[in-house]
Amino acid sequence: MIKAAGLSKVVPNGTSQLVILHEIEFEVMAGEAVAIVGASGSGKSTLLGLLAGLDTPSAGSVHLDGADLFALDEDGRAALRARLLGFVFQSFQLLPALNALENVMLPLELAGAADAARRATAMMERVGLGERLGHYPKYLSGGEQQRVALARAFVMQPKLLLADEPTGNLDAETGAAIIDLMFSLNAAAGTTLVLVTHDDAIAHRCQRQIRLVGGRILA
Amino acid sequence: MRTFSLSLTMLLRDWRAGELRVLALALVIAVASVTSVAFFADRVWQALTQEANQMLGADVLLLSDHPFAPELSADAARRGLARVDGVSFVSMARAGEATQLAGVKAVSAGYPLRGKLRIAPRLNAQDAETDTLPPPGSVWLDERLSAALGAAAGAQIELGDARFTVGAVLTLEPDRGLSFFNIAPRLLMRVEDLPATGLIQTGSRARYQLYIAGARAATENYATWAKPRLVAGQRIESLGNARPEVRAGLDRAQQFLGLSSMLAVILAAVAIALSTRRYTQRHLDGYAVMRCFGALQGRLFALFSWEFVLLGLFACTLGCVLGYAGQAVIAVWLTDFVAASLPQPGFYPVLQGYAAGLLLLLGFALPPLLQLKNVPAIRVIRREVGAPRQNALAGYALGLSALAALLLWQAGEFKLGATVFGGFSAAFLVFWLVSLGALRLFALLGRAGGVSWRYGLANLRRRSRANAVQIVALALGLTVLLLLTFIRGDLLEAWRTKLPQDAPNRFVVNIQPDQVRPLAQFLAKSGIDAPTSFPMVRARLNAINGRAVSSSDYTDERAKRQIDREFNLSFMQTLPAGNQVTDGRWFTADDYAQGAVSVEVWIAERLGIKLGDRLSFSGGGADVTVPVTSVRKLDWDSMRPNFFFVTTPEALARFPASYMSTFRLSATDPLFTTRLTQAFPNLTVIDVSAIMRQVNGVLDQVIRAVEFVFLFALVAGVLVLYAALLSTQDERLQEAALMRALGARRAQVAGAQRAEFFALGLVAGLLASAGATAIGYVLAERVFQFPWQFNAVIWIVGPLAGLACVAFNAWLGGRAALNHPPMLALRES
Repeated sequence: MIKAAGLSKVVPNGTSQLVILHEIEFEVMAGEAVAIVGASGSGKSTLLGLLAGLDTPSAGSVHLDGADLFALDEDGRAALRARLLGFVFQSFQLLPALNALENVMLPLELAGAADAARRATAMMERVGLGERLGHYPKYLSGGEQQRVALARAFVMQPKLLLADEPTGNLDAETGAAIIDLMFSLNAAAGTTLVLVTHDDAIAHRCQRQIRLVGGRILA
Repeated sequence: MRTFSLSLTMLLRDWRAGELRVLALALVIAVASVTSVAFFADRVWQALTQEANQMLGADVLLLSDHPFAPELSADAARRGLARVDGVSFVSMARAGEATQLAGVKAVSAGYPLRGKLRIAPRLNAQDAETDTLPPPGSVWLDERLSAALGAAAGAQIELGDARFTVGAVLTLEPDRGLSFFNIAPRLLMRVEDLPATGLIQTGSRARYQLYIAGARAATENYATWAKPRLVAGQRIESLGNARPEVRAGLDRAQQFLGLSSMLAVILAAVAIALSTRRYTQRHLDGYAVMRCFGALQGRLFALFSWEFVLLGLFACTLGCVLGYAGQAVIAVWLTDFVAASLPQPGFYPVLQGYAAGLLLLLGFALPPLLQLKNVPAIRVIRREVGAPRQNALAGYALGLSALAALLLWQAGEFKLGATVFGGFSAAFLVFWLVSLGALRLFALLGRAGGVSWRYGLANLRRRSRANAVQIVALALGLTVLLLLTFIRGDLLEAWRTKLPQDAPNRFVVNIQPDQVRPLAQFLAKSGIDAPTSFPMVRARLNAINGRAVSSSDYTDERAKRQIDREFNLSFMQTLPAGNQVTDGRWFTADDYAQGAVSVEVWIAERLGIKLGDRLSFSGGGADVTVPVTSVRKLDWDSMRPNFFFVTTPEALARFPASYMSTFRLSATDPLFTTRLTQAFPNLTVIDVSAIMRQVNGVLDQVIRAVEFVFLFALVAGVLVLYAALLSTQDERLQEAALMRALGARRAQVAGAQRAEFFALGLVAGLLASAGATAIGYVLAERVFQFPWQFNAVIWIVGPLAGLACVAFNAWLGGRAALNHPPMLALRES
């Protein structure tokens, strides 16, 4: 599903160059759950951004479902994301002007789905928020917001789910519940999962861990 | 279609979430402001166009001070056009012992070709339209003449050598204008009866009319054909130049109201820019998230653009509806200007409203929206990737261009539009710079004092740009209001007090030379001071330096009309009071011997007359050529007779002259005018104070209309304040939440906000006071030429009003900061 080869990211840092990622190589098979772990500043989020084609590498390539991500232009990568990817973010990234249901409907609407409301409602019920469809994000707890974000990610039935520290803004108990929910939805849908976390306990629920240290994969 | 419907959905969602309300409101106000004036103007133009033919009594009206060449009438006949001949002149009418100067109009059958005559069987009886003329041998008198002569229907009157029977009371003639002839009471007769009176001889002062009507194309062709065949003293009145004084007045009123309405548009533009900026700031994350979901850039831009266009269309529609309601208020307030029933407005003002609204939206909302395109999708993971930066001035170049285009459009001419745009820009810049300086000063002052005071004033500097925008917007709105309330009062008062208490209030014209002394004696017997009398000679300006002048030499409409008419010239030895020689010198002994003329500065500029030019005049069978030895400036507000041309006495000796006098009549003798006209039946007495009252009335109406239009500006100004407050509200909410989370009491948080708002209101109010005072000074000293008087009240009211406006806003926005649970605010951040 994912093949990263020679992936590097270097940014200018005053007069010198700062290497964030150094020749990263790995593969993720379809249906596999992989955790990218590492301390703050190890390059986890940068790697996730590159895997999603949200950022461009200084060198190397990423193939998603056989497509060379960086051979495509910005809109080409966006189209690929629309076809393959779902996202869950640390800061939830719900749109404040939309209520919970509308946040879940949004990707369906952008894709032109005719039954967006029905599918989004069903997904909200699956994440246990069937009673809170009309609530705005600011009136939802952190855990509830992340449930909405999970519903939004899974409603598109993506082949690949990228999750960036999904429990980073939650307390331990709520975080554990969210992880349970995410893994159960993932298992039900057979989605490939790439999870960025600094929490070893969560990482170990994945089949495999890729550990980053100073921008390199620790063998 | 899918994009469109999703845009509509997004619009409804954003509207519900309150994201677009300020933007929409700003657009509604701008469009309402523009269309209220446009609707009103459109209705008046339509009324003028519809009524213009009736005002002429024809489709085309030819006027002449001598009989027309037969070919002009013959050609109209050849084209199958209807024609009526008319002659107007002033003459004495007699009924037994009673005599009265009458404005006589003699017309041929068919008059009027457009519009209707109305007559009544007797005075104060119900009148009715008529299609006929007085039968041969009879005349119709208007109410004034009928009353003055005591001649009811059936009575006999004498006119020149002929006797006539009074047929009816004439209550309305369609083409009655406001010319000299029409001051006198009216008499209508058949042109066939005119020779019997013996009143029209060679050289008689009469005006000839040729009324033409028919199919539009034929009359237009006729007018085109006739125009080059007219000679000096002849002119053509057609639909286009009918009632030029009304058109010019309304043109100016519309121009002024239109530009006034632009203040609201300018302030609304600021509100639109601020609210769109806030909208895009709040949608940066959403945009990045949608990019993550795979939405294409072009599609997202189209979605947002459609959302704004739809919002714009809704807001423009609402603005047009409000504007329509607003024009009704203007129409009611300008009753003296316009007819009681105006036709419904056309569609053009609606187009104007939509164009103005969408242009504003495009200019001020598009740049921030375009900025969204540059939001990196990686922002969803790495928040440190901020919003794309842009140069504010470059970003709003489109908006400023749109605004300049709108101003030029409203002004209708480049120079005025550019001046207004430049004036606004300069005011903005000056207010902006002073605001920034004042904020800096307050921040320095804030270093001492309690924690709330210190924290609040420190915010002034930290948010200096947003705060300066608030100050500028509020200051502009308040400046206008102070001008309209205090400075207007000051100027009117100064103008009224400038008129001396003993200023003359009656003008008497048509005094024959042998009546000057008896008139002075009559007035003296009634306890009225000897009047000042001026000789008056009617003459046409034929040539300047030997070159014949024609109205076609000038582009200025008023210059054209002056050249086509006879001027009222005067001659005198000493420079009249209120006149000031600005170029050359007053008449010398040599000038008295050789003849010379002094020219008023305005007409000299209009007609291109310079010192030393030789002017040729003719009138009443005489002519004269005299050199210009001085240019004079007049005080037109002095209530004295003023003359464009004054010559040395000898120069006009061969011209027939009459005299005009002015005197002051106290209000205690209401019958004096009647006694005077009985003693001197040929005199026409004009009550200047009545005219002044009418002028004051119209002025008050115009000011009320302008005040109404400025109400839009005030609402727009408050909206800018609110938009600016909103633009910093997220930050304020967070800060308040943090302060309270750190243990600050509500009073401390409120105190910090009060300190900040107090400074904003105070600076805006002081700036407005300074602005209004400066404009008042310029208006007084430069435009109206009154001595300027300092008004201390403005300096109290301005800051108080500023504080009140900001307090209102603070109450709206500050309440939110205090009542918003800190947890919620911190979670939203």
